[in-house]
Amino acid sequence: MKFLSKYRRHKFAAPLLLMTALAALGFTYSVATAAPASNSMSASAKSTLISEGQTIFLKGCSSCHGLNSEGGAVAPSLIGVGAASVDFQVGTGRMPMQDMSQQAMRKAPLYNEEEVAALAAYVASLAPGPASLTNEEITWERDGNTADGGELFRNNCAMCHNFAGQGGALTQGKYAPTLMGVEPKHIYEALITGPQAMPVFSDKVVTPEEKLSIIKWIKAAESEPNLGGASLGRVGPVTEGLLIWTVGIGLLIGIAVWLTAKAR
Amino acid sequence: MSKELEPLADPGLPEHIHRKADIDPIAAKRAEQQVAILFSLSALGTLLFIYSFFFVKEDAFIFLPILGNTNAHQLGIGLGMAFGLFFIGIGAVHWAKTLMPDQEVIAQRHELKSEPEDRDALVKAAKEGAQAAGLGRRPLIKRSLIGAAALAGLPGVIMLRDLGPLPGKDLEKTNWKTGTRLVTDPGDRPIKASDLEIGAVAQVLPELLPGQKRTLEDIGKDAVLLIRLRPAEFQLDEERLSWTHEGIIAFSKICSHMGCAVALYEQTTKHLLCPCHQSTFDVTRAAKVIFGPSARPLPQLAITLDSEGNLIAKQPFSEPVGPSFWERSS
Amino acid sequence: MSARERVAGTVANYVDERTGAAAYLKKNLQKVFPDHWSFMLGEIALYSFVILLLSGTFLTFWFDPSMRTVVYEGSYQPLKEVEMSAAYASALHISFDVRGGLLMRQIHHWAALIFMAAIVVHLLRVFFTGAFRKPREFNWLLGIGLLTLGIVEGFLGYSLPDDLLSGTGLRIAQAIIQALPVVGTYISFFAFGGAFPGEVFIPRIYTAHILLIPGIFLALITVHLMLVWYQKHTQYPGPGRTEKNVVGYPLMPTYMAKAGGFFFIVFGVTAFLGAVASINPIWLYGPYTPGQVSAGSQPDWYMGWLDGLVRMAPPLETHAFGHTISWNILLPGLIIPGILFTGMALYPFIESWITGDKREHHLLDRPRNVPNRTALGAMALTFTLIALINGGNDIIATHFDLTINQIMWFSRIGIIVLPPLAFVITKRICLSLQRADRELVLHGKETGRLVMLPSGEFIEIHEELSEAKKYTLTQHEQPKAIELVTADAGGVLNPKGIRAKLQARFSAANAENIAKPTAAEVKELESGHH
Repeated sequence: MKFLSKYRRHKFAAPLLLMTALAALGFTYSVATAAPASNSMSASAKSTLISEGQTIFLKGCSSCHGLNSEGGAVAPSLIGVGAASVDFQVGTGRMPMQDMSQQAMRKAPLYNEEEVAALAAYVASLAPGPASLTNEEITWERDGNTADGGELFRNNCAMCHNFAGQGGALTQGKYAPTLMGVEPKHIYEALITGPQAMPVFSDKVVTPEEKLSIIKWIKAAESEPNLGGASLGRVGPVTEGLLIWTVGIGLLIGIAVWLTAKAR
Repeated sequence: MSKELEPLADPGLPEHIHRKADIDPIAAKRAEQQVAILFSLSALGTLLFIYSFFFVKEDAFIFLPILGNTNAHQLGIGLGMAFGLFFIGIGAVHWAKTLMPDQEVIAQRHELKSEPEDRDALVKAAKEGAQAAGLGRRPLIKRSLIGAAALAGLPGVIMLRDLGPLPGKDLEKTNWKTGTRLVTDPGDRPIKASDLEIGAVAQVLPELLPGQKRTLEDIGKDAVLLIRLRPAEFQLDEERLSWTHEGIIAFSKICSHMGCAVALYEQTTKHLLCPCHQSTFDVTRAAKVIFGPSARPLPQLAITLDSEGNLIAKQPFSEPVGPSFWERSS
Repeated sequence: MSARERVAGTVANYVDERTGAAAYLKKNLQKVFPDHWSFMLGEIALYSFVILLLSGTFLTFWFDPSMRTVVYEGSYQPLKEVEMSAAYASALHISFDVRGGLLMRQIHHWAALIFMAAIVVHLLRVFFTGAFRKPREFNWLLGIGLLTLGIVEGFLGYSLPDDLLSGTGLRIAQAIIQALPVVGTYISFFAFGGAFPGEVFIPRIYTAHILLIPGIFLALITVHLMLVWYQKHTQYPGPGRTEKNVVGYPLMPTYMAKAGGFFFIVFGVTAFLGAVASINPIWLYGPYTPGQVSAGSQPDWYMGWLDGLVRMAPPLETHAFGHTISWNILLPGLIIPGILFTGMALYPFIESWITGDKREHHLLDRPRNVPNRTALGAMALTFTLIALINGGNDIIATHFDLTINQIMWFSRIGIIVLPPLAFVITKRICLSLQRADRELVLHGKETGRLVMLPSGEFIEIHEELSEAKKYTLTQHEQPKAIELVTADAGGVLNPKGIRAKLQARFSAANAENIAKPTAAEVKELESGHH
């Protein structure tokens, strides 16, 4: 501490101290507001958050979902969907929808983390529902098992999302999206809320530990290098057939043309 | 052929044009060197193979455009082998094209059919042979031989009998009995009605009794999908409605078309889709086929609760599960 | 004589004294082979077959064709301690614990896809150029047999690793067998040793895949090649090429070097694909169980058109007298492919009946000069292509923002409407090309150079074709329609009434051509020019 006491009277000491204190305050504040689900939050902070959320909701969501979230002709009611649903739908950029297509697409989120938290708090205040999660709470690396996750994935997920999580077609233009690059908390929230066409996977049917295993397997598939060369999209024999009819046969016929052409 | 349809005259093979290498010794030397270079490239490829096989670690990875993060060992031996083979071929062809004779030659064709004398001789020989054996004169021998030969083939067919058991009623039975508990797949945990939220699905199998083992054949017939909807969404007749429990409905997961696992459930439309041939079933109308090649709904499993509140089968499946077969009566 | 020559002479003498091979070889080393890139397509198939034998043998050293359950202990972590069949475990072992194993697996699979693709393009070449005509009808039949066998062999290979995709394929094959009227259930129970999937099917198809079918393949390929050798290769028309001769390079040395080199090239390209492109990553699919399936489950491309037909089939089943007939399976899975393949096999005989042409043909047709056949081929191709597209409808839907329902309806309607349309359009194109040929021969090539005549009129300079070119464009024979004989001179009705009528109709359609220029016309024009 000699170092500190030596500079205590330095001409920059006072402003520096002030800056540090301010930064600490700001950091604490931002942490407090960024953790909406934490119970330690004071009641007043919570109600501020909810009213902030309501403001955002009235501006950005109510035209479709109704002034009281009661739903409308084109959008479902949000009463009871819970914060998890909001965090998934808005946090992955699916909501607000840009156009009235079959299905909301994943895109860059319109709202930042704080705004998503405020919206989630507002929707959660309407009626109880699944709480939203943070990536830190999804301890897939510690508690998941890749091999078990693979078995669960093939049983519960692969029929829509394809064997490697690349996504697949559903009826009438709907589709199961790719799972590559999705945040763990969003995968978890999707499993418990069943967004859009996806069904719900209840905790008693696929336990929380099993859900972590599924996430661990998806992450393993995502980070798995291409063991046999270019992956061709990991969508099965269609791209393989396409490659053989273009590059494969194309190359060989090209060589056959060269081979039988007269040399000069 | 009439005069006015006379075709143009055949001008004959065009004159042979010599290649550079045929007339210019320098060009020929150059071609020789090119061939040698191509063969050397092949040798380099084989060296790359040997090096990669022994000295590149199997868990070494390399990032390349298009290929992504690729296994270096696999890529090294593969490319080495490919170049080793490819350039031998290219070299040989280049050699043939530039230095081997390229003057086309003409060979004459001959009619394929044999000379008339040969044909007659053959017919005569065959006739004489048959006559000498007495085939025509002794029909008894001919007929009994044909009969015996036909019969002699039978053991070959009969011996295949033990390839497998007779089907019996096997296709019509599953392991679902009255009172069999539904358990999660995987995990084998019993399920209570309250475990499923609205919009939830569960992949289930019949519970194993102590000492029982589950085979793939069992799964191929027993796999069931459990779905929970709002009871008001059902459009079922009274009997089928009584097979559900508080909005929970159970269907065989084995497609009624060709047996793939049907489990693509769309919560929004309440449709089930088979990924193999895209038969689409409407869950609210007892899995009625609304699109695709399947001609029958998925069989519905009647469910109810046992005394502990676990979901159980109310009765076995009322019809065979899976794809159709000749003996199926409905 | 050098020492080396003396040794070679001694060896040759030793062999010849015991085999008399010299006379045979002397003749055959001078065998003439015409040179054209399209004559190499069959060779691609042949060489792929050799590659398949070599790489397949390598794979058998480790593959364990057993369905007994084992616990995976190999080095691929995401499947650690997962229960699976020994077949799947050993396929993983080859992929991850045998150096070069994955490369060989990939080479084997790519070679299979190339093999089938090469057979198809070879078949198309033979069909569109009329190389199947007398005396080559037997070889056409052998080719159809090889194609059919290739589809079966490929499917069995796809089924062997016992991963989720191959099991799904087997499930569908089993459903087709089970759908056979009367005997289906029995055949299925015999084949699978009981209920699907059972424990015996993979060992059984393994024997078929590595022994039985390759053996039949070898025999058929040998006969196929011997017939080519014996009947001598066909050739494209041109100056100096006639029905009585064959023009090309002698086997030794030019053709041998080219063909031998081409083997290494095909092997090299296959190895290249095996090195840089992943095929059938079985470790991602996981082991097979009948309760699981992956989105986008398709067979390899050569079965894809069948799967596409099955997908678009109408939902028809007959239930009567306590029995079921599944038209939704039988129609697309057996009846339509059966008709298609039977028609293909019988085509040479049908065509020769229509044209009444029983002569030998060694000069190939230019497809435009046989509009009906070319149009028929285009029609069959269109049919198969639509079926193939529908076989990948789910992948196409997600990648091109379409819906599977749209693609399915497009295919269902298209497969009926588009093939006839393809026939009509192709025939029109052929006739237009014939007209263009006629113009070329009579008026020469348009050069694009304009000249102004003294009168002020502009004309384009036409360059006259060479004699060789003119000959090539006019050497073919144009078929004449067979006249319908309803009654003979004595007034007796033709006993083959309906058949004769049909023949006359078809042959009239076949004879629709643009009259090719005759020598007289060409001469007239030439004299007019000068």
